[in-house]
Parts: sequence; C-alpha cells; structure tokens
Amino acid sequence: MYFQSWAEFWAMGGYGLFVWLSFGSSYVLLAALVWYSQYQHKQFKRQLSAKLAREKRLQQYQEQTH
Amino acid sequence: MFKWLHPYAKPETVYHLCGRLMPWLMGTALLLLLLGNIWGLAFTPPDYQQGDSYRIIHLHVPAAIMSMGTYSAMAIAAFIALVWQVKVAQWSVLAIAPIGAVYTAIALITGMAWGKPMWGTWWVWDARLTSELILLFLYLGVIALSGAFSDRQTGAKVASLLAVVGVINLPIIHFSVEWWNTLHQGASITKFAKPSIDPSMLWPLLISILAFKILMLALLCVRLRTAILVNEQHRPWVKAMAGD
Repeated sequence: MYFQSWAEFWAMGGYGLFVWLSFGSSYVLLAALVWYSQYQHKQFKRQLSAKLAREKRLQQYQEQTH
Repeated sequence: MFKWLHPYAKPETVYHLCGRLMPWLMGTALLLLLLGNIWGLAFTPPDYQQGDSYRIIHLHVPAAIMSMGTYSAMAIAAFIALVWQVKVAQWSVLAIAPIGAVYTAIALITGMAWGKPMWGTWWVWDARLTSELILLFLYLGVIALSGAFSDRQTGAKVASLLAVVGVINLPIIHFSVEWWNTLHQGASITKFAKPSIDPSMLWPLLISILAFKILMLALLCVRLRTAILVNEQHRPWVKAMAGD
C-alpha cells in the first residue's frame, strides 16, 4: 500500500472530500442501476406467471361449467 | 456469415444466451472494478502535480470512455433496427439507454468533483463539459421519446432515429479538447501514440475501463431479457417457460 496509515488513506492528501464524493456517488449510481435492472426483471416475471396462472384457472373453471 | 448470424436475431435464442452469459459477465465486471479501483486508490503513487486528487481518474475516465462507447453501441443497434427492422436490435436500444445515461452522469459528477480542487470551479461551460452534458440529454431524450407515444412501436422508432442522429455528438466530444480552448486536458491514452501516463497508473486504469465495458454488457443482458419478455409475452415459448 502506498499510504502509511488508514487515516492517511481516508484523508487522500487533503482531497478526501472530492475523492470519496466521486467514488461514493459513482458506486451508489452503479449499484442502483444493477439492482433496479434485476428487480424489474424479477418483478415482470412474477407478474407474468401470476397472469398465466389466472388464465389457466379461468380456463379450467369454464371447462367444468360447460 | 449472415446465415450463421441470423438465428441470433431470434428473441428466444437471445433470451437464453443472455441468461447464460449474465452471471459470468456481472461477476467478472465487479471483480475487475474492485481490483482496478483498489489498486488505483491505494497502491499507486500520487500525481506530481495533482497529489491524491488525480485518483478520481479511475472512475472518471472509464465512465467517460464507456459513455461514448455505450452510445456507439446504442446507435449501431438503432441503425440495424431502422434499416433491417430487427426486433431484438430495437429492444436493445431502449435497454441500453439507461446504462449510458448512468455512465454519463458518473463521468460528469466525478469530473465536477475533480474540477473543484484542480480548476477552482465545479462547472464551466466549455466545449468538453458541454458536449458531454449534451450526451446525457441525448440518452434522456431517447428514454423519454420511447415512452412518449401511445404506440410503443412508433416511440421506439423515433427514439432510434434520435440515437442515430445524435452520433454527430461523439466526434464533437472527442475532438472538443483540440478544436476549442478548454480547461480540460487532452487525451492521455491514444491508439497511435505511447500513453503519456506512467505504467504504474495506466494498468489499474485499463482494468477499470474493461470493468465498465463488461458491466455494460452484463446490464444489457439483464435489461434486454426483460424487454424480450415484455414484448413476447403472448408467444408460446414465453408462456411455456413462465407458466410452470
């Protein structure tokens, strides 16, 4: 490691605010994008299988009554 | 070659291919990002002029390069969608736009956080910064246009048209630091000359650039799969897969 101590690492030679602001906001944005993309996919899959199950039940009900 | 490529335009094939590739791409991207960033943050010497503030380069440059690379990919998909009406290409345009928008936002935010200590200002209306901001608006425009029409097909077509026309902004961004006077420095890594950056700093940077590129592909896989399901939900293969 280039830095002598953790305190020195977090201080980033006095530029800590700007360095950690950059890394923090970038990671938050990337994590949000990854999470939201996967959430959307799972959410739509759930909705779709619920819809298909409903259609199937409806079909079975109609077959029983006729 | 086209005979070999053609099955890959079939949504079902793409869906399963993306599903298989995604975990590997995502894992590799995150590992490389961690490696590149930790190396760049803690194991490289500081810049002789900028001190430790230059470490922002390990996010700023990968995000900026890939904001343009992602735009090229989106524009190529848009062109294919407009000319050959390939459905998967059309859906890729809309799947990739938010990725590019986030990359562009990261490039702008890290650029501002780097500009404040080095230039003394968060923002200047100079050519490089303004053209990169226009790139963000192009991405947002593509996203907004695709949802602005009651007919999804029309919206997708208009968005693709904007994506293709917006390509004109890419050379403007690239050459902005040469054509106009600007605070922004010129390129440190070029294809034709030896990079003007020390190898100890260059390696972690290259790894981070690769990480952003692979992360873009991983996210495209996830988002394209969702788009395929949404658009093909009435097809038998989707019903067979989601039904049980």
